[in-house]
Amino acid sequence: MENGKSKMQSKREGLSRRNVLELGALGLAAAMLPGSALAQDKKLKVAAIFATPTEEPWVHQIHVALQRAEKELGIEYKWSEKVQTADFSRVMREYAQGGYELVLGDAFAAERESRRTAKQFPKVAFLFGSGAGPAEPNFAVFDNWIHEPAYLSGLIAGKMSKSGTIGAVAAMGIPEVNRLVNAFFAGAREVNPDIKRKVAFIGSFFDPPKAKEAAIAQIDAGVDVIYAERFGVIEAAVERKILAISNMSDQSSLGPDTVITGPVWDMYPTVEHAIKLVKAGVFTAQDYGDFSRMAKGGSFLAPYHKFDKTLPADVKELVEKKKAEILDGNFRVNVDEDTPVSD
Amino acid sequence: MSVVLEQIFQVGFLAAIIRIATPLAFATLGEMFSERAGVLNLGIEGIMLLSAMTGFTATSLSGSLWLGVLAAVLTGALMGAVHALFTVALGLSQHVCGIGVTLFSSGLAYFLYRLIFGQQSVPPSIKSFETLPIPVLSDIPVLGPAVFNQFSLVYMAMAAVPLAAFVLYRTPWGLSVRMVGENPRAADSAGVGVIATRFQAVMLGGALMGLAGAFLSMVQFNAFTFGLVSGRGWVAIALVVFGRWDPWRSAGAALLFAFVDALQLRMQASGLGHIPYEAFLMLPFIFTIVAMAVMSRNAVAPSALLKPFRREER
Repeated sequence: MENGKSKMQSKREGLSRRNVLELGALGLAAAMLPGSALAQDKKLKVAAIFATPTEEPWVHQIHVALQRAEKELGIEYKWSEKVQTADFSRVMREYAQGGYELVLGDAFAAERESRRTAKQFPKVAFLFGSGAGPAEPNFAVFDNWIHEPAYLSGLIAGKMSKSGTIGAVAAMGIPEVNRLVNAFFAGAREVNPDIKRKVAFIGSFFDPPKAKEAAIAQIDAGVDVIYAERFGVIEAAVERKILAISNMSDQSSLGPDTVITGPVWDMYPTVEHAIKLVKAGVFTAQDYGDFSRMAKGGSFLAPYHKFDKTLPADVKELVEKKKAEILDGNFRVNVDEDTPVSD
Repeated sequence: MSVVLEQIFQVGFLAAIIRIATPLAFATLGEMFSERAGVLNLGIEGIMLLSAMTGFTATSLSGSLWLGVLAAVLTGALMGAVHALFTVALGLSQHVCGIGVTLFSSGLAYFLYRLIFGQQSVPPSIKSFETLPIPVLSDIPVLGPAVFNQFSLVYMAMAAVPLAAFVLYRTPWGLSVRMVGENPRAADSAGVGVIATRFQAVMLGGALMGLAGAFLSMVQFNAFTFGLVSGRGWVAIALVVFGRWDPWRSAGAALLFAFVDALQLRMQASGLGHIPYEAFLMLPFIFTIVAMAVMSRNAVAPSALLKPFRREER
């Protein structure tokens, strides 16, 4: 009887939004696990805690890197998504007490809570996306330091713009976004000092219809190459037949004749490095941000796809030259985190 | 300032206002029907999201845009029926049930979407609606290309406003809706089925919210994503009050909000760059609140709004 009641309850609770998503995540995890579940030797248990669903592009890149690590490095991987700030510490504790040795995630909405909780589990390694610094003894940080390929994209945009006006539609004026947009503009200024810049913020991370309207407004104002920091912009570029630069992942498929290239974030080098250190028992609290840089393979310029044939040779050459300088360490792309403004 | 004025008289600007206003107009009309019958529907945000998902999915699987629109409308009506079941038939708190419908619908939307499409780096897309220029009318300078070179769903919204006014003020059913929203007891003694009428009004409202969702995922954008609705449902609830529960005024409120929203996006691009972007983003909301305070001061909500009807109860 008791049992039946609790079953009823859990069924009812199953209707709440987060649980429905968790259920989905579980189902998905179950679908992906069978192959690895057979191997019985002790695997490193890695968990991730995300504040948004894994469809969010930033979180998605971490998620796919961990899924790759699951296949290639033989770890056990579990994740929780859409974890609200109020629940963040609880979920961290659950994983830490559940035998997970490495816990990743994005701590932007819970910077203080996550650091405080990490201190209580000194034997567990925590590696979180964060706008702040690492915290001894076990709280390490990373971030999307992909301003280098954003700069290279800017070089291309500056060269390809015929109207002399380029644009960027971004989420909001936070450092993670600002430094990409500024690097993009800096690249364009490098090749065309007179280029006019337009920038618009949509005020949220996800509102494709609004991002699209913002992009259309910029195109009406003369923009002919646009940086799609958010979803929704490429669609406007496709409709109005201008060029676009994608962001975060290779998004050429959204507009093969529109998207030239764009910065891509690859979290695998960060994940791989952290797993190695944890396995060796030498994980320390430090900033892993450098593992998102081009030299470490943590970011790169998306392939040109269709534009491989049409992009002028001098543009390609210029990009290759700058890329080599960045990789050699002879050129550092300036990190500018001020909120960009339209010219 | 001249930069701003220049923007206002552009064809693109007028077209943008209408695009932004359309989903708001559908949603506002939907909420208005529901509230005129005495039922506040806070499920609007979730209903729009779920409908956007089912509409997109139906189109993606079948290849037919109109089948998608139909799926979205049916989803909206169905979720309206769910809300009515709790609030009208069972007479539960409209606030609590509405929030419940929103949470349930959004969770269900993301859950089903992931079951069907999995997790992809780039969201799968459909070929969305294309503009349908109306012959002759679309040749009128400025107004033509902006107003009469739009999507078929935009024309539907334009037709929906006078139609809603006609239904509400000139048909027996509309009279019943207004009666059950003002004085259900009197309506009941006059032989009007209060429960049935409220059910119908909430379902019609849900269907209109479904159209709003379909517009977002199939016209204004061509994919379903997390956060697609982004508070547009909540805006519609405010616009109903702003519009004093009247179809014409509600549509006007939607247009006004869209006007300021389209304007702020253009102002961001026009190089008035020394004003922080947050100020631009705030504009439509501030403008709406101020306009509401000034113009809708004497607005009176339907008397029976939020009050469940139980026949034997005094």
